[in-house]
Amino acid sequence: MSEQNSFLLDGEEIPFSPGQTVIQAAKAAGKYIPHLCWHPDFAPHGSCKLCTVKVNGRFGSACTTAATAGMNVDNRTPELDDKRRTLLQLLFVEGNHFCPSCEKSGNCLLQATAYDLGMMSPHFDHFFPDRPVDASHPDMLLDFNRCIMCALCVQASREVDGKNVFAMGGRGMRGRRVIVNSESGRLADTDFAATDRAANVCPVGVILKKRVGFAVPIGQRTYDKAPASIVEVVK
Amino acid sequence: MQASSSPQEISTALPAILARHGHDGTRLMQILREAQEAEGWLSPALLTEIARAVGRPRAEVEGTAAFYSFFHTRPRGKYCVLWSDNITDRMLGNRELLKALCSKLWLEPGRLSEDGLVSVNTTSCTGMCDQGPAVLVNYRAITRMTMERVDAMAELIRNQVPLAEWPAEWFAVEDNVRRADILLSSRFEPGSALRAAVARASADGLVASNDRSVRESLPHGLVGPTALLDEIRLSNLRGRGGAGFSTRLKWEACRNAPLKEGQTRIVICNADEGEPGTFKDRVLLTSHADLVFEGMTVAAYAVGATRGFVYLRGEYRYLLEPLQEVLARRRAAGLLGRNILGIPGADFDIEVHLGAGAYICGEESALIESLEGKPGRPRIRPPFPVTHGYLEQPTIVNNVETFACAALIALKGGEWFATIGTRQSTGTKILSVSGDVERPGLYEYPFGVSVAEVLQDCGVTNCIQAVQVSGPSGVCIGQDELDRKIGFEDIPTAGALMVFDCTRDMFDVAHNFAHFFAHESCGFCTPCRVGTQIVARLMDKLASGHGSPYDINEMFKMHRLMQGASHCGLGNTACNPMIDTLTKFKPAYERRLKSLDFVPGFDLDAALSQARQMTGRDDAAAHLAGTD
Repeated sequence: MSEQNSFLLDGEEIPFSPGQTVIQAAKAAGKYIPHLCWHPDFAPHGSCKLCTVKVNGRFGSACTTAATAGMNVDNRTPELDDKRRTLLQLLFVEGNHFCPSCEKSGNCLLQATAYDLGMMSPHFDHFFPDRPVDASHPDMLLDFNRCIMCALCVQASREVDGKNVFAMGGRGMRGRRVIVNSESGRLADTDFAATDRAANVCPVGVILKKRVGFAVPIGQRTYDKAPASIVEVVK
Repeated sequence: MQASSSPQEISTALPAILARHGHDGTRLMQILREAQEAEGWLSPALLTEIARAVGRPRAEVEGTAAFYSFFHTRPRGKYCVLWSDNITDRMLGNRELLKALCSKLWLEPGRLSEDGLVSVNTTSCTGMCDQGPAVLVNYRAITRMTMERVDAMAELIRNQVPLAEWPAEWFAVEDNVRRADILLSSRFEPGSALRAAVARASADGLVASNDRSVRESLPHGLVGPTALLDEIRLSNLRGRGGAGFSTRLKWEACRNAPLKEGQTRIVICNADEGEPGTFKDRVLLTSHADLVFEGMTVAAYAVGATRGFVYLRGEYRYLLEPLQEVLARRRAAGLLGRNILGIPGADFDIEVHLGAGAYICGEESALIESLEGKPGRPRIRPPFPVTHGYLEQPTIVNNVETFACAALIALKGGEWFATIGTRQSTGTKILSVSGDVERPGLYEYPFGVSVAEVLQDCGVTNCIQAVQVSGPSGVCIGQDELDRKIGFEDIPTAGALMVFDCTRDMFDVAHNFAHFFAHESCGFCTPCRVGTQIVARLMDKLASGHGSPYDINEMFKMHRLMQGASHCGLGNTACNPMIDTLTKFKPAYERRLKSLDFVPGFDLDAALSQARQMTGRDDAAAHLAGTD
């Protein structure tokens, strides 16, 4: 390993190839940088800010920062993990997240990341927003109460499925939402299919397949077996 | 008459609008605005039709429409009254006037009347702080509202009098230039700066410029642009939007950026003057439009651009037609279009695009997204606009005032400009002064002027408590800091000065700003989307008298999070007004605390009020002892 293509992550040398971002290089080296909206198969979105690191003393998103030789990146410091816990709390109170009754429990990256980072309470007052559930589609259910605005469904539908079933729209906390591509706003009126990549990419419990919610019992699910910090590096 | 859009109605206005914009999805903002002006609101059927016509997914078109405050995806009243809700409007009594209008119209703020006739609501600062309280009626600016005007307006609305027949003097917007320097006093002759720039090239010596062209990998033989960039360099001009980036560096980076096949370079004038308290661009575009357009043309000549845009904030809709007339005159005079001034290949034209009520579009990459017909979401940077801007083309985005300066530099030279102001901050700065002063309006000074000198000129009758410089995202300075100077060495500013005398409550100021940021956050990143809401709620809690030191600590905690982790400047600066006022005017907060000690955030007794109401009890035994 030459010095030209490595950087320091929490003091450990991480090799990278040109064009890689900090989070890509870290994952390849088996290092976990907490994240929600980033997915290795898609271009970085940079919205959740969980992957905020300190690059040479300045804050930046690990998913959008290009790795450069000799950079010094702080990742799992108490300061940064503290900020991450607050960001998680903000996401929990912004939507309506009720893990005990959620069929995504155990497969949910938001829940798993909160466990992993030791988020003990939502801390802030809940907003209890009024968000719709769309059960119109024969095979799929949309429960926007759990949306964290990662836009992975938008990317997957556009880039992999070539369908544009979803788009992000609206402004601010009250307005921003996933918009469904039909005049009625109903998923049933789109060409969405359960086999779409977009049907299988949601990190939380918004886009769900009907009739299989509890096929895998709680206790035997992805993040029941291993924490996010392991699963997300191996995946 | 209720605004509605049956399929027949859509078919009449929409095809012409779509045709005029070439069914081009990048022009979506303009298509949506014109369609709404024709149809009243953007119905689901209308959005479907527009999406089909421009060949974009419907969800994307709806996503754009839903992003902007001035686009209506639900039925809008025949009259849509929006009260500018900057703190300066509040100080002039806009809340009382709004309430009076609502009660005269039997309305609740924010609700459409039962008959679909009218809605009354608030909007972010409309840039009329020197002549408030201001409103927008169907997106037309009305200034200097009074109780008499409210009475008359309610009558006009009830009688459904068309806006065109409302009293013309209501729509008068004054320039209020109180102190003019090189920009505001310029009697600029259209074309003179361009001619001077071209003439300078031959006088300056071909060889030297060509040498530099080679060194900086610029095209050979283009002496004029190189000589012009030299003048900009000599002037030491820095951006007037507040950040103060070197204009020369920006222009050279754009000029040096490689072009792909079919690409051109782009010049954008940022006229999205959204920072509350700022209104200088309004005046520059009203009375000095030629100076601004000439500055853009000068920039185009310097960087080698062929296309220009003015991104005009939706609040200044009334300026659209006058600006288009100026552009037409310049085209007729050979100052825009092909072969400008007869120089072969000097092609450049400008069009005005309107925004639709989104503060975030003042951020240059969000502005570019908006120009491309998308929600105004700041881009991930790098790459920067100078290499990958409008439709991935090299783009410069400069403030209105920066272009006006550039025109004068082209005319009179960089050395002349550099003698004005200070070493780090050359030239003049136009300040928009509002609040507790006798003569609100525009004041242009050489950089380096102190806040105290400005206040003296504006006429201050009462004792000064604070001045908010550069709007909510700027700094709040107290009495003991008035000798601080306007300039990049001390207080950089886009030009807003809001003055608060000793009778004002600085908590109210910060409270207003907190809600402004919560309303204007684009919602893209978690810390800003949710953080601005949390902060607004904390301020509400303090305002209602339920706050404690805990809430103030929470505010500092949110500040530390948002400042580091936010995606763009909005989130990074959104807590500034709270932190500034907490540091400098702490008694304004402490007065409101329920206790200076830590107390529970939940009022158990108040929570029982519903139960008391249901049981019809209000006796002592129905209250928890020891709570108030």
